[in-house]
Amino acid sequence: MKDVKVECQRLMDWQELAKGCLIQEAATSRHFKTGDWRSLRPVWDSEACIQCLFCWITCPDTSIKVEDGKVVGIDYEFCKGCGICAEICPPKASAIKMVREEK
Amino acid sequence: MKILAKTGNEAMAYAMKQINPDVVAAYPITPATEVVQIFSNYVADGEVDTEFVAVESEHSALSACCGASAAGARVMTSTASQGLALMHEILYIAAGNHLPIVIALVNRSLSAPINIHCDHSDTMGSREAGWMQLYCANSQEAYDSIPIALKIAEACGVPAIVSTDAFIISHCMDRLEVLEDDEVQKFIGEYNPKYFALDLENPKTYGPLDLQDYFFEHKRSQIDAFSKVLSTYNKVAKEYEKLSGRYYPAVEEYKTDGADVAIFTAGSTADTAKEVVDELREQGRKVGLVRMRMWRPLPVEEIKAALGKFKAVAVMDRSDTMADFGGPVFLETRGILYDLDKKPIITDYVYGLGGRNVEIADIVRVYDEISEIAKTGKVKKLVTYLGVRGEE
Repeated sequence: MKDVKVECQRLMDWQELAKGCLIQEAATSRHFKTGDWRSLRPVWDSEACIQCLFCWITCPDTSIKVEDGKVVGIDYEFCKGCGICAEICPPKASAIKMVREEK
Repeated sequence: MKILAKTGNEAMAYAMKQINPDVVAAYPITPATEVVQIFSNYVADGEVDTEFVAVESEHSALSACCGASAAGARVMTSTASQGLALMHEILYIAAGNHLPIVIALVNRSLSAPINIHCDHSDTMGSREAGWMQLYCANSQEAYDSIPIALKIAEACGVPAIVSTDAFIISHCMDRLEVLEDDEVQKFIGEYNPKYFALDLENPKTYGPLDLQDYFFEHKRSQIDAFSKVLSTYNKVAKEYEKLSGRYYPAVEEYKTDGADVAIFTAGSTADTAKEVVDELREQGRKVGLVRMRMWRPLPVEEIKAALGKFKAVAVMDRSDTMADFGGPVFLETRGILYDLDKKPIITDYVYGLGGRNVEIADIVRVYDEISEIAKTGKVKKLVTYLGVRGEE
């Protein structure tokens, strides 16, 4: 059985809040992990990849990990499994395949 | 002091010119078209520094205003009737985001049937949107109310609507005392919002998804911001009096001393009713008038103090709630007076829908009827449709 970590956070009273649900910090989407929305998982094959970076530029969640200008993997903490990367990957390379998430 | 001859629309456009807002986004609609048409002339002639955004609808107009206001600009627009109805969705968005936009509005009936003349159904239909509402009785008041509303809006983070009656005020030439441009500028001050979206050093997010865990708290804080509007209004109105010599209380009493009965109404009809009060007072009748100027937020204590002392009150409502129980001013006033130990008998007269003229004789009739009610304590009819054919 997998360990489930529950984070308990005190919810603030209305007097403590910024007016109008204003978020006063940049890039807060990093705190919101969307990977558990996924039902299909993109699996990247480093051998087949031709490093065209189409997947990187089209990923709507910036979940294609790139180091030194090269794809090195997929960020499963944020990837929602939309499949755009697999769709855009050139058929001759076909380096990304969508597989069903299993429990 | 400078004295000009201007219509209500010209007066509001002139006030906007003196404010010189950063952004105006608007779409024309009768009878408010002139406000932005005249203002666009000021833009074209270089008399203001405003970025004028011509859009394709009122929905877009207020959306553009919201964007500009969130970015940190001082923003105004103008509309009427169907235009306000089309803005309805965005009214809530401006208010929920605490964007202090001011609308110079002309009250016009809502379709159907289609009509371009005055009643208050447009703004009364937006009472719950979270905008301060000021109903003006003449052009002078409309001119004066624009900078007053702007100052309160920016101080409280609450948007505001200043309205006049279609054609009766908007197109009637009137004597207008105006301030100097720099006096208006000094009165409103520079707009320096605490938070704004284009703050590149401290980036912000406006309008994110807010679910079961925080939506209620944010609404509660919005209501709290609204609860400070009336006290701010009272301060700002006094400040404006010092500057201009003209004072506008949220609830105005006219010849109410020693009066047994009063009419409670808003807009241009209040000015007509003052004439009637003068005449009846000369005949020795104990009648007075209370004018509703602010209807959001509700000046609850002021209304209790103003109306609580009469034997009978007739509300004159220029719109209906379709509740089969009279107009909005009537219903809310009854709610306000409910807690008083000694309260007046209160009846409603829905009048003037679609610009139907209200004449001196109509108002005299209302005073006659409530005087009778005060004498006998008997109400024959709770809600009367005044001036419509087919009714007694």
